Amino acid sequence: MLAEVGRLALFTRDAVLRGLMPPWYFRQVWDQILRIGYFSLPVVGLTAFFTGGALALQIYIGGTRYNAENLVSQIVALGITRELGPVMAGLMVTGRVAAAIAAELGTMRVTEQIDALTTLSTNPFKYLVGPRIVAAVLTMPILVGIADIIGILGGYIVGTTSLGFNSAAYIKNTTDFVEFTDVTSGLIKAAVFGFIIALMGCYHGFNSKGGAQGVGRATTNAVVSGSILILAANYVLTSLLFEK
Amino acid sequence: MAEPHIVLDNVHKSFGSKHVLRGVNVGVGKGRSLAIIGGSGTGKSVTLKCILGLLQPDSGSIRIGGEEIIGLKGEARDRMLARFGMLFQGAALFDSLNVWRNVAFGLMQGERKMKAREANAIAIDKMAQVGLGPELANANPADLSGGMRKRVGLARAIAPEPEIIFFDEPTTGLDPIMGDVINNLIVDCTRRLGATTITITHDMASARKIADDIAMIYKGKIVWHGPANEIDCSNNAYVEQFIHGREEGPIQVDL
Repeated sequence: MLAEVGRLALFTRDAVLRGLMPPWYFRQVWDQILRIGYFSLPVVGLTAFFTGGALALQIYIGGTRYNAENLVSQIVALGITRELGPVMAGLMVTGRVAAAIAAELGTMRVTEQIDALTTLSTNPFKYLVGPRIVAAVLTMPILVGIADIIGILGGYIVGTTSLGFNSAAYIKNTTDFVEFTDVTSGLIKAAVFGFIIALMGCYHGFNSKGGAQGVGRATTNAVVSGSILILAANYVLTSLLFEK
Repeated sequence: MAEPHIVLDNVHKSFGSKHVLRGVNVGVGKGRSLAIIGGSGTGKSVTLKCILGLLQPDSGSIRIGGEEIIGLKGEARDRMLARFGMLFQGAALFDSLNVWRNVAFGLMQGERKMKAREANAIAIDKMAQVGLGPELANANPADLSGGMRKRVGLARAIAPEPEIIFFDEPTTGLDPIMGDVINNLIVDCTRRLGATTITITHDMASARKIADDIAMIYKGKIVWHGPANEIDCSNNAYVEQFIHGREEGPIQVDL
């Protein structure tokens, strides 16, 4: 366990010091932005929509016990922007992207493509790891920003169609209540989650061995470790960002 | 007497308690072709990876043109790697790039940074040298046969016109005829470039065709080294057992 932590620490150091230093491969970064960001939009959007809707229902049902059901719009907005938007998007992107990165790099490792890069005077950290980290850190906040809007929209649709809220009042309560820092805190979390997702995918893919079984193991490990680290980082970031 | 172009001097490499290289001593003259033969797990690939810097030897010295290459870092390592070409066993083509971009990769990345149009012209020319037509330039590597993949790998290895080329089991997985085609291409291409080459193989037909010299490795040590045309009269029990494919002899096979 300790050795694994040490290996991950060294990999993170190399990923940052080598991967983010020039030469930069802008085409690689752009390709990864499309793969990580653009192609994750449907899954993140749908997740946020249904989460917002379910959250509105739960708050309404729970709120009726204390005559607090009129707080649905405010709590949906707060819950989505601060917690559920970044965490749900982070977990969904981990499942989709960290797995894909680990599988791709793992296959490249076992078929000697990563060794081939080195023999062609190309540092694999700069060519493979750096662009994925940059792309994930840049696109995750955008994804989460969109997820925030769609999640709140989900709550709005459920609130106004099923729970009987007035449309204009729901929107006014939301916009009056949500503060700038509620949104930015979620976006900061998203950037950190993006780093974790790309790092875990690259780390497990880079270190995969043993053919198809090894690639499968790397993929599973990338998703599991990425998800756990996101939840742990979420707690740490929440306590730092919202410390009273 | 001048030192050979590539020199391995008492190179050791272990993985945990497993000693793979136990003092490898071998040299290759400039423009010469060496084949390292030996059974599976005897240290052939590890030797090659140590020269390429993909693995760090535990001790010993590896010199190219008199320059020590163990421990090279940064730009010095990049400069050294730019002198090498490598054909991998499975070709190791990049799945995400089409054929011509694979061939031109070493020209467009690394130190050269050639423009795509110029690199494309060279890639098409190198593909022609290995018998691949321009119609394959935009093909996906996954759509190629094993022999074609090897040809693309060979074209990629020779595209930057390196002074040293390594071949890792160039004929493994190919039928005998295609194996001979690849051997002939390797001989043609390396002679044209005047490159120094090291080939690791357990295919004797390939070793005889490609190499000027042959070295046999067993349990991490070179047990015989001499001209390729003298291998049949080596009077070495290891070599004779290996080239005749006998089970009986000093080479112990772990079953």
